[in-house]
Amino acid sequence: MSILSQHTATARRQRTEYQAPTFAQSVWLVSNREITARLRSKAFLISTGILLLLTIASVIVAGIVSANPPLTKVAVLDSTSEVVEATGVLEAVSASGVAEAEEMVRDGTVSAAVVPATGADSVLDVRVIALDSVPTSVLGALSVIPDVTVLEPAAQPEVLIYFVAIGFGLVFFLSAMTFGTTIAQSVVEEKQTRVVEILMSAIPVRALMAGKVVGNTIMAFAQITLIGVLVSASMAVTGQHVLLTDIGGPIIWFIVFFTFGFVLIAALYAATASMVSRQEDVGSVTAPVMMLVMIPYFLVIFFNNNPLVLAIMSYVPFSAPVGMPMRMFLGTAEWWEPLLSLAILLVTTWGVVVLGSRIYSNSLLRMGGRVKFTEALSARSGS
Amino acid sequence: MLEVAAINKHYGARQVLTDVNFTIGDGRMTGFVGANGSGKTTTMRIILGVLAADSGQVLLDGIPLTAEVRRRFGYMPEERGLYPKMRVQEQLVYLARLHGVPPKAAADNADALLERLGLTERARDLVESLSLGNQQRAQIAAALVHDPEFLVLDEPFSGLDPIAVETVLGVLRDYAAGGAPVLFSSHQLDLVERLCDDLVIIADGSIRAAGPSQLLRDEHSTPRFELHANSDVGWLRQVSGVNVLEFDGSWAQFEAESESVSQAVLREALERGSVTSFGRDRPSLATIFKEVIQ
Repeated sequence: MSILSQHTATARRQRTEYQAPTFAQSVWLVSNREITARLRSKAFLISTGILLLLTIASVIVAGIVSANPPLTKVAVLDSTSEVVEATGVLEAVSASGVAEAEEMVRDGTVSAAVVPATGADSVLDVRVIALDSVPTSVLGALSVIPDVTVLEPAAQPEVLIYFVAIGFGLVFFLSAMTFGTTIAQSVVEEKQTRVVEILMSAIPVRALMAGKVVGNTIMAFAQITLIGVLVSASMAVTGQHVLLTDIGGPIIWFIVFFTFGFVLIAALYAATASMVSRQEDVGSVTAPVMMLVMIPYFLVIFFNNNPLVLAIMSYVPFSAPVGMPMRMFLGTAEWWEPLLSLAILLVTTWGVVVLGSRIYSNSLLRMGGRVKFTEALSARSGS
Repeated sequence: MLEVAAINKHYGARQVLTDVNFTIGDGRMTGFVGANGSGKTTTMRIILGVLAADSGQVLLDGIPLTAEVRRRFGYMPEERGLYPKMRVQEQLVYLARLHGVPPKAAADNADALLERLGLTERARDLVESLSLGNQQRAQIAAALVHDPEFLVLDEPFSGLDPIAVETVLGVLRDYAAGGAPVLFSSHQLDLVERLCDDLVIIADGSIRAAGPSQLLRDEHSTPRFELHANSDVGWLRQVSGVNVLEFDGSWAQFEAESESVSQAVLREALERGSVTSFGRDRPSLATIFKEVIQ
């Protein structure tokens, strides 16, 4: 029986009275739709696939490179081969005489040649021949080094710090951008197609915004977790166990920080996007938020060696998801610091969500031009 | 019964609604008529709770509306829109679920409506791939899918072809017959005239006339009558209290001094032969509309 024939048959009071969904149910329905819409988008699936493949590839490549550092080739004569082989980091290539050794340096077969010293006043017994510059790596290997005592040894080698910094920065930047832009587009889509009016007549505006934020945060969380798992798994498979022990903790903290930090970013994207009515305007209106996402990325790449900048970053809510895990990797963060920073992040996120939902509800029904920021914050009426 | 009571609303310095009062009875189709920018959409948005009024309230059976009650309303906004990249049926189910309909009932309602509106074959298509007329039908389905207690439709007929208009008319009539109050706005006055039990006429943000459309038409009718008989009606000129305005053989239009004079004319006409039609000259809605908004 069709519902329409039921209408004719029964009066209004006898009609099935559906229970209005609770706020939480509304949020869940909206977030489910967001997730389904995302999972159906081919563009999203392909870009996520590429991101995950790149993640695995970079870990594997890094593993191969660090496992087999190529030895610098050096031409030697019989009399010098012993000195060179003793260094352990140079690969000796035999030459019959000084002339042949020189020739090998010229044609690039070797980086340098180590031949017997000629000068009477030479301190060492050997002489190094190079092509166009002083071969510091070869000299370093041959040098006599005094005993060294390092008072505060760095926890991690510098190159590794740099790569980990890029890793955290890039993953934060890409994921925040991807899902932030997604949420902005989804807000404007509803405004542009005017479906928002029907939605507003069904559920509270705050439930609509919360649903979008929750849905996209779940997706972002899933993506970040997947990346974390893949990085850990690839490290385990390629035998980089030492690195894995050092970075496992920071990765988990990164996921926690990112999840809450993304809620903040998502609220900002939703609020700013609601001020315009056309997809063409999304880019310009959300540009300031994008800057907020890019700044931590650049800071961590340029200042991963600067404890002061990292310390500040690890407490500023926008950059904490990158800054705090970085400091934990470096071993410069006390145990309570991530907790304090997380508390600051949570309070800020709460404030921004309140502010954002105000802008969002004030702007949703205003079509046409861009809503002024002050109007979006204060006005209680749409048009 | 839904009652709109003393609603005021302004945007910036502009007062868009001034003391708007009217009622919508159960099972009544109420037409909401007004020029562009007269405040129809704003009033509807306030009833639906999409917009907040500056003052005044909306009552259902004497109780101020809450968000919970409003969820059982159906709304078709003037600015049409559904998610372009969602399938028709899926979209209807989603909207029904937002209104609190359980999953199974939501799917059943959606399928029944799609069938009724002739969209069953398009149920799995993306909304963006539908023709404009079909999108319009899907939009109407979206307003009805949660089996609303009260229906508000902003310009439901604009952009529909005549066949679609008939389909939609049928659906709305069924709806009102089931006891649900229906409020709809339209620029197509002839449609409103055909369809509505009650009329609300708004101009410059205030209600100019409201009530049963028959009553309105009586109120605005002149003491003019039309007589169509099968023989010459020239004798009318001799009846006292009758002023013949136009005359053409067996047809005449005249003004009668009083109701009894007009009845006397009818009796006389019946004695002289048979009468094809006799009646008061009722003004069309378009005429009333022009009169009241001035």
